[in-house]
Amino acid sequence: MANPSPDGATAVTEIDLKDPRLAAFLAWLVPGLGHLYQGRTGKGVLFFVCIVGTFLYGMYIGNGRVVYASTTDVFSRQFLERWQYICQIGVGLPALPAFVQTWRVESNKAPLLGDNFMRPPARAPRQSEDRTDPSHTVHHPDELAQWNYEQGEYFEIGTVFTVIAGLLNILVIFDAYGGPLVIMPPDEKKNDNKDEATSAA
Amino acid sequence: METLVNSLLAAPPWLLASLGALRLWYAVPLITSVSLVCAATRHEEMGPILVHAFRFAVWIIVFMGVVLAVIQLLSWLQ
Repeated sequence: MANPSPDGATAVTEIDLKDPRLAAFLAWLVPGLGHLYQGRTGKGVLFFVCIVGTFLYGMYIGNGRVVYASTTDVFSRQFLERWQYICQIGVGLPALPAFVQTWRVESNKAPLLGDNFMRPPARAPRQSEDRTDPSHTVHHPDELAQWNYEQGEYFEIGTVFTVIAGLLNILVIFDAYGGPLVIMPPDEKKNDNKDEATSAA
Repeated sequence: METLVNSLLAAPPWLLASLGALRLWYAVPLITSVSLVCAATRHEEMGPILVHAFRFAVWIIVFMGVVLAVIQLLSWLQ
């Protein structure tokens, strides 16, 4: 890690990454846990608050329905129907209950923690009241269409929040495995370019 | 509910635009967490992280503003 010192020289801070593979696994399991294991407490807390906070806020906006897996068979084409879950799983343990819920639904068991929590939508056609005129009935091709109708843009906003939380944790996993990405000061970049040009000539 | 919908339909365009702009507030927590996490993967101390995060957040807002302006311009030209 390069940090400019007061005299303008570049100081290097050594980071003890301990076991990088274990740290990367812990970072995936719970955002920030890998950094806490490495003793990088400040960054661990920051990652946990930012990523888990974004994920939970997305779940709140999406009424708990935006994180689900289409099927437990990860190699089937049907799994890609909810491709967003592949990104959401990047957040680790907080997204794993969706897999359990899908397994329970496929086994004809009742989903845990209420009907809204990370349960996959039913494929059968549905009906619901018209949002503007309750005397009319709206027919939906499946339950996912009903959720989109009932929640409007909040279903998409919640999905975006949870997907971004999962993708951000991938950066965190790399940081736990290899340390921070070093940004070279502009002077060093120029020197490097000059060296390359000289050697090429 | 019906009254609310009818009043919204009868509302002037600037009011509807401001209601639409309310959704932009959802970008604030997202920009905050994205900029903080990205900055923290490039520095180790908290000071440089916060400085980098602020600059990155400003960059995101400017970029979003430019995209919004282009889309708005295209909609006017349509």
